[in-house]
Amino acid sequence: MSLPFLLFFVFAATAVAGALLLILAREPIHSALSLIVVMVALAALYLLLGAEFIAAVQIIVYAGAVMVLFVFVIMLLNAGVEERTNWSKMAKYAGLPLALFLLLELAHWLARSEAGATIANGAASSGQAASTRALSVLLFQQYLFPFEVTSILILIAILGALVLAKRGE
Amino acid sequence: MNAVPISYYLVLSAILFGLGVVAFVFKRNIITIFMAIELMLNAVNLAFVAFARSFNQLDGLIFVFFVIVVAAAEAAVGLAIVIAIVHNRQTLNIERVNLLKF
Repeated sequence: MSLPFLLFFVFAATAVAGALLLILAREPIHSALSLIVVMVALAALYLLLGAEFIAAVQIIVYAGAVMVLFVFVIMLLNAGVEERTNWSKMAKYAGLPLALFLLLELAHWLARSEAGATIANGAASSGQAASTRALSVLLFQQYLFPFEVTSILILIAILGALVLAKRGE
Repeated sequence: MNAVPISYYLVLSAILFGLGVVAFVFKRNIITIFMAIELMLNAVNLAFVAFARSFNQLDGLIFVFFVIVVAAAEAAVGLAIVIAIVHNRQTLNIERVNLLKF
């Protein structure tokens, strides 16, 4: 088995194990930490796919900023062990089979898709350093308008978060 | 150099998305439900990157960038809503937040 296969399976197994831990953990802080494991494993997979800029953004923004926000809120609200409640019958008997069906269907069609048959070229096809440069050219020329709209979105998100989290009226 | 077929990445993406859906349906803690949404967004990002590599187009990576930005904004607003709910109802359990339940 070649090295890329080995790396892929190691990080894929890490990601799936982290996602399973997220479901099985009863403390929200454990779920948050396992979600960080998933995100770091996905960043490694992005590196395998030759998307080093996205891998860096994944680590900095997701595993860094967003998860710190989650952990901060968990600590702020003193979220303890999840209460055991009688699960709704709907979730048990309709939700789980439907979720499994969705998983199988997605896996089936993605595995059969034409694009799936192609072999990943890795970072060899386009030079490693050139990739980020090409990405920035694309982002600041062809996608300049969506990029600017994003800044307005973030401004609105800041205002919304401030208004919503403000205590009292 | 890299001999892993794209379909492997796509199936991994589907598995992660499915686990995110399961977590979304079964978790009772509202913060954990937000984490399940983040997990699903991550799974979709993996599919985007894999397709971008398979078609040798960088546009997919740009969309991943935008998805990450929107997810960050969504997390900020969502967690603010969580804080507001906890201030109003003193619980993180989603089953106790049933004001709109019929």
